[in-house]
Amino acid sequence: MSRGKWLALLCLVPFAVFFIVFQIAPLVWVLIHSVQSEESGWGLANFIKIFNSKFYLQAIQHSLEISFWSSLFGIVIAVLGSYSLRKVDSRLRNFVNAFANMTSNFSGVPLAFAFIILLGFNGSITIMLKQAGIIQDFNLYSKTGLIILYTYFQIPLGVLLLYPAFDALREDWRESASLLGANSWQFWRHIGLPVLTPALLGTFVILLANALGAYATVYALTTGNFNVLPIRIAAMVSGDISLDPNMASALAVILVGLMTLVTLVHQWLLKRSYHVAR
Amino acid sequence: MSRVESTSASVYHRSVVWLLFLILLLPLLGTLVYSIASSWSATILPSGFTFKWYSQLWSDPRFLAAFGQSLLVCVAALVLSVILILPLLFVVHYHFPKLDALMNILILLPFAVPPVVSSVGLLQLYGSGPLQMVGTPWILIGCYFTVALPFMYRAITNNLQAINLRDLMDSAQLLGASTWQAAFLVVLPNLRKGLMVALLLSFSFLFGEFVFANILVGTRYETLQVFLNNMRNSSGHFTSALVISYFLFVLVLTWVATFLNKDKSQ
Repeated sequence: MSRGKWLALLCLVPFAVFFIVFQIAPLVWVLIHSVQSEESGWGLANFIKIFNSKFYLQAIQHSLEISFWSSLFGIVIAVLGSYSLRKVDSRLRNFVNAFANMTSNFSGVPLAFAFIILLGFNGSITIMLKQAGIIQDFNLYSKTGLIILYTYFQIPLGVLLLYPAFDALREDWRESASLLGANSWQFWRHIGLPVLTPALLGTFVILLANALGAYATVYALTTGNFNVLPIRIAAMVSGDISLDPNMASALAVILVGLMTLVTLVHQWLLKRSYHVAR
Repeated sequence: MSRVESTSASVYHRSVVWLLFLILLLPLLGTLVYSIASSWSATILPSGFTFKWYSQLWSDPRFLAAFGQSLLVCVAALVLSVILILPLLFVVHYHFPKLDALMNILILLPFAVPPVVSSVGLLQLYGSGPLQMVGTPWILIGCYFTVALPFMYRAITNNLQAINLRDLMDSAQLLGASTWQAAFLVVLPNLRKGLMVALLLSFSFLFGEFVFANILVGTRYETLQVFLNNMRNSSGHFTSALVISYFLFVLVLTWVATFLNKDKSQ
């Protein structure tokens, strides 16, 4: 290799150092310590404990349920929204698109506080719906409440990811289909949906990952009292009681496992959607 | 399609878009009204309006300190990211294009490993010992570099591909520039606008980061989000004023970024 190339490689060293210190090393620490425990040394003791504990299983189940439903509701709203966005005049479209972009930054602690104002026990929407007799009571700090909250922060992300996907759906296909006698339902069933499927699934898994890893919103809303995976993990390394970094690592490995699965599926779908777009 | 059908379709699409806008607007609007309400409890609408919560917020030294510290951490993290990522991109694309595939896998890591997982390892590794950083802004700056990395890498890669790095470098060198001169005086100015947009957008999401800030540092170097969370027991009007001030600040940044972006495409 020439001297220039060696110098070039040298330029990569600072990046590598920082990346290792702040990204790789913590992950490796977690992987190693997930198979260690105070009592029994090396082994799968932590994982066995997790899968035999109702409490930890409940955290995993809550995480999966909230992620699944919020991603599903989020993507349905995003699909309807971004399809209609393409059909309205450009002024309204650009305005709402820009607004959706901006609200994608409105998540975490500020979002939780905004929802407490609107949907908390004394929230104005809660009171309005109660006075109208539509609901008896609403608890934002429950699973249903969290699904609504999560859905809200999934919508802007969904629109952001799906809006370009509708490019693949060419307007003349619709016209050709209707010339050949297809009705609206047949068009979507046989042309629209199959073309969009990779993009839809890809967006869905990104939303899943987004919800699975979310910590700030649920922490701010329930001060860490709602049992989901990220809350359990954080409580065992930074809580006041029962610190157990090894157990936290094991739970973290489960979370990373779920996220990796989701990321791999997404990469695979990304490759497929490229073919369809051609 | 007949005319009647297309008008009804257009009414449908318009109402869906407005509904989407309303859904997205509602929490912000609620917070905005709450932040200028003198009191509002157990009723649908507030009883009066005032700006006292904003004046109280903007004269609170703890808030101003948190705001300044957030700015400092985010700007420092972005400066660090630029220093680390620009040479990396340049070297990868000019000298070792094959490394790009590896980099595309590496930059997935910040996505696949949520901050709460990294925090477990970070707390144990840098809580004591030679690299003791927990509780200081330094660890946040390092972590924020990893948060910004995937986005910055992709954004600048797109830009590099658009300007034809190799041709640009070759012509500069043909005209007598050294590699360094070509990189700094020819390539860098061409990347300026794309870099600005990437930096503004990264800033807006780093500014809202809470997980690392709360778990690794907390009140020892309070950032805006941690301050907001710690104010949970104070008046809701006060926290609303804080939320709106924060959002307006981010709004201006994203607006400038969109504006720059549009300018570029014309």
